[in-house]
Amino acid sequence: MADTTRSFRDAGLLGFIIALSVLVQILNPSFLSLENLADMAKNTAILSILSVGMMLVIITRGIDLSIGATLALSGMVAASTVAMWRDTHPLVAITLGIGIGLACGSIVGVLVARGKVLPIIASLGLMNIFRGITFLVSDGKWISANQMPASFKGIALSSFLGINALIWIALIIYLLAWWFLTWNRMGRQIYAVGSNPESARVSGINIERTLYWVYTLMGGLSGLAGVLWVSKFASAQGDTAMGFELSVIAACVLGGVSIAGGSGKISGILMGTLLLGILNNAMPLVNVSPFWQTFIQGLIILIAVIINALVKRRAVRRTMQKRNI
Amino acid sequence: MELQQPFSLKRFFLQWEWMLVLIFVAVNVINMNLSPYYLDAEGLRDATMSFLDKAFIVLPMVFIIILGDIDISVASIVALASVVMAVSFQAGVPMAAAMVICLLVGTACGFVNGWLIVRFKELSSVIVTLATMIIFRGIAYIILEDQSAGKFPAWFKFLGWGYIGEVPFMLIMFVLAVLFFSWALHKTAFGRRVYSMGNNVTAARFSGINVDGIRILIFTVAGLMSGVTALFLTSRMGSTRPNVATGYELEVITMVVLGGVSTSGGKGRMIGAVIAVFLIGYLRYGLGLINIPAQILLIVIGSLLVAAVLVPNFKWSPRAR
Amino acid sequence: MQSAEGPKFVLELKGIHKRFPGVRALQDVHFQLRPGEIHALMGENGAGKSTFIKIITGVHQPDEGEILLNGEPVSIHNPKDSQHRGIAAIYQHVTCYPDLSVTENIFIGHETVSPLTRAIQWKSMHEEARKLLAELGSDIDPRTEMGALSVAQQQIVEIAKALSTKARIVIMDEPTAALTKRESEELYRITLKLRDSGVSVIFISHRFEDMYRLASRVTVFRDSQYIGSWDVDKITNDDLIMAMVGREITQLFPEKRAEIGAELLRVENLGKVGLFSGINLTLHQGEILGLTGLVGAGRSEVCQSIFGILPADAGTIYLKGQPVRINRPSDAIALGIGYLPEDRQKQGLVLSWGIGKNISLPMIDEFAGTWWLDEKKEGSVVRDLADFVKVKAGGIETEAGTLSGGNQQKVIVAKLLGTKPKVIIIDEPTKGVDVGAKAAIHEIMGELASQGFGIIMVSSEMPEVLGMSDRIAVMREGRISAILDRDEATQEKILEAAMAANYHAQEPLRG
Repeated sequence: MADTTRSFRDAGLLGFIIALSVLVQILNPSFLSLENLADMAKNTAILSILSVGMMLVIITRGIDLSIGATLALSGMVAASTVAMWRDTHPLVAITLGIGIGLACGSIVGVLVARGKVLPIIASLGLMNIFRGITFLVSDGKWISANQMPASFKGIALSSFLGINALIWIALIIYLLAWWFLTWNRMGRQIYAVGSNPESARVSGINIERTLYWVYTLMGGLSGLAGVLWVSKFASAQGDTAMGFELSVIAACVLGGVSIAGGSGKISGILMGTLLLGILNNAMPLVNVSPFWQTFIQGLIILIAVIINALVKRRAVRRTMQKRNI
Repeated sequence: MELQQPFSLKRFFLQWEWMLVLIFVAVNVINMNLSPYYLDAEGLRDATMSFLDKAFIVLPMVFIIILGDIDISVASIVALASVVMAVSFQAGVPMAAAMVICLLVGTACGFVNGWLIVRFKELSSVIVTLATMIIFRGIAYIILEDQSAGKFPAWFKFLGWGYIGEVPFMLIMFVLAVLFFSWALHKTAFGRRVYSMGNNVTAARFSGINVDGIRILIFTVAGLMSGVTALFLTSRMGSTRPNVATGYELEVITMVVLGGVSTSGGKGRMIGAVIAVFLIGYLRYGLGLINIPAQILLIVIGSLLVAAVLVPNFKWSPRAR
Repeated sequence: MQSAEGPKFVLELKGIHKRFPGVRALQDVHFQLRPGEIHALMGENGAGKSTFIKIITGVHQPDEGEILLNGEPVSIHNPKDSQHRGIAAIYQHVTCYPDLSVTENIFIGHETVSPLTRAIQWKSMHEEARKLLAELGSDIDPRTEMGALSVAQQQIVEIAKALSTKARIVIMDEPTAALTKRESEELYRITLKLRDSGVSVIFISHRFEDMYRLASRVTVFRDSQYIGSWDVDKITNDDLIMAMVGREITQLFPEKRAEIGAELLRVENLGKVGLFSGINLTLHQGEILGLTGLVGAGRSEVCQSIFGILPADAGTIYLKGQPVRINRPSDAIALGIGYLPEDRQKQGLVLSWGIGKNISLPMIDEFAGTWWLDEKKEGSVVRDLADFVKVKAGGIETEAGTLSGGNQQKVIVAKLLGTKPKVIIIDEPTKGVDVGAKAAIHEIMGELASQGFGIIMVSSEMPEVLGMSDRIAVMREGRISAILDRDEATQEKILEAAMAANYHAQEPLRG
């Protein structure tokens, strides 16, 4: 029955997305143009990449607030590198970014898995540290578009089969994550750890290792996202992506990832990021003042989690009534 | 007839607060050596005004974290309360009334948080306040867009800049607030109930404690104190924008945790958090004097936070595991 | 007593000792399990059964003694280890992954993966799961989420899991406790099927019916010690009870009976969806009303409803004839109703606090002076209460978590008395409490009754129910199935009322 509850919820979210799209389309017919959709997908790509990692973290009952800072740090290092050695191959820059992200993530992982520090506190502390290091690395300065070689900016501009590289990267990550979470034992263990840690321990699952890798992976994705971000916006700043972790968490929550751990699906976060993407993209199109956007986003998150809770309650009540005493 | 463990010198000195005092002293000694201007009574006194605004939120946050909850919406409440105050003043509301409105807005926001958390227990306080954090800030943006608002009457400056005798008004208010909150936490039945909820909320409920009411009250007070912070902050800045106080929630939580309040609930004291407020405040002041960039401070605060939670996990409290 | 008939035991434990700080959990315990038998393990709460199980499943290591598996001495280091050796355990509170599918719950840790891509082979696993469940005569869809199943269905899945690991020894820890009659029948059938396929089963239960229906041998533990093992058809019920209780039932309880006075509490038609309905009870001054029935019959829920933890959604509560509304525990406490919860550690105490602060918690307002808590007054009141219930501890600052079960229970009784209740509801007063403390707690209860308190005592322990109660209400599946006077009550009548199959129409089993 929880199954039907959940698919009911998925259908609800999808229905909401469709209704919203129809509404926006009526108000502004350019919304569903191929061009705008591609644009929207491109702008949502980075968010969706990070959501994959955040979903894993939340499935294990954790949270990672440090990803915005990790993103900024790796973006900054990659940008500084290409600014200094202008013929650095873009792939080297990407690898460098991912490497730094992995390193940052592994520190969070060690603190959470080994140090038994609450994820929210560990990542809060490291967020400060990573952000501070970012400023140190850049010496407080920006790296602007003209300091970056064209090849680096090309990462986010290039396209394949007419589809932007960012979208490709996001698609590949979603496919890999889907495969990993559905067909791989390690992937399933993440769910087990979040669903019932005690049982997982008894079943011989190495919880510490699982947690460590989940946060490290999250860091790696943030590192990748950092390079993509800096390439897309053609600027690297100390305060890049400040607060972006909240949007990522919001996308997961919207996508039905349960903060209590144990559940969350790739299809869910796909819809969650899609919804946020549509909101960001459509509000200007229908002349909603940009100043309303934050509020509307927050409200939708709140409503989504509340509906989620109410649906679950109803399921429980129905089970109780079925007991027929 | 001691209710507490009998006094023991060893236990007394093994308290986390002494560790903080030690760091505090170290910070001051280092600052003194680094900058000849540091040890200046007036400077030290006036420095408090630069960091005490957010300290008013630290006090209720101690309660919230003792409950095992968290509130990350406080900075947004500060912004919203401040913006509403400025806008209503500009709309012709007398300043005194606008200040009351500021406090009311804060209180209302806090109540909304508490009510949502109690009404939807399956959502954690992290998620609820995450959502309201975005919402409150969003409302502030709706009201003021990218404008700023100010032009307050001159006497309003007194809040953030004034003195009573030789002592900054803000410091006096803070000391009074500290006394009140410490009293409520350590000396009253209410405080005892809060601790019991943080340790074992089920047992507290079975003991007839109105756990929902207390939770709502504490979150509401956190809202009120965010309103107080909004007053002082706005007074110091002279004007306000929707993006004021960004990141305050993190600083406040850091101070509380650094102050030895356990994030798993039930443990910690007001005095620790208060020491942490001054520790971080003077650290920032000292580093500022010798032109060390604020970014270093971020790293230092982050490291302190991590250290503060790691240390007890490893050995500080032998009973922990 | 024990004559080795078969040459071989699949599992044999010899002279097992286990101590925990301050507690002797097992003392010189023996156990022999034959191939393909169902062996009932019985004993009162706190007799050491769960520690014993944890030793077999590798959660704890014995301090002394020997474990022989198929005649060979082994040491079982951890749960995984025990699984590898073909031992599986099924607990009353199923320890599953509620968010994962039935298939995954069955195969977690030993999924079938493709040899080439290392991909999990869901299709064949679902098929395999379906087969396992079908073998057990169940048609649960293996793709269902585990959390969506009933407890009974979850247990069936756990049994299927045991089958999938090719377990040769299956331990069932009070599996029937939370099941309805019909569900229990289903479990019997499956357990017998398991036995017929050559698996040895250790079946732990409080229900005599379980033992008679299933087991061929029975072993009894009492007070952490091994008492003996018998063939089920060669031991009488009385002897078995004697073995479990170890003393004449009556001698254990205080003799004096209180005057039964005016009506204190009456509930009419109390009901809460899915938990209980149509509950009618009356309680008088000086009366001890026993509320018994099988675990899961709804006894605690009724009491928690009277106390305001689970406010009822039907019916009325009268206090001294006046209808009252109880929406939360503070209402109940203000009306003079006190509740002593079943789960001491979770519901009763703040373990990291001293005894004193625990006792004063519900009445803390009384010590609020003008400005601050009057800790002196608090201290002396609390000390008096602690003395009254005879808590044995260094002082009132001693941490509650360090006390023995019996002393913890006394602290909770003191805490309860501090609120000056007229009606006291006690949920399993002596669960997990040693004999000495048991007698003390019973004495306190008798004392309270004679002072005019009305007491509702929830208990699963038959001797306690018979020995302490003036009247006995028996619950079954959320309803009162009988109210017996002390004189007419017998173990048989109570058991009959608790388990009667044809009392009302059974709900059809869902599957």
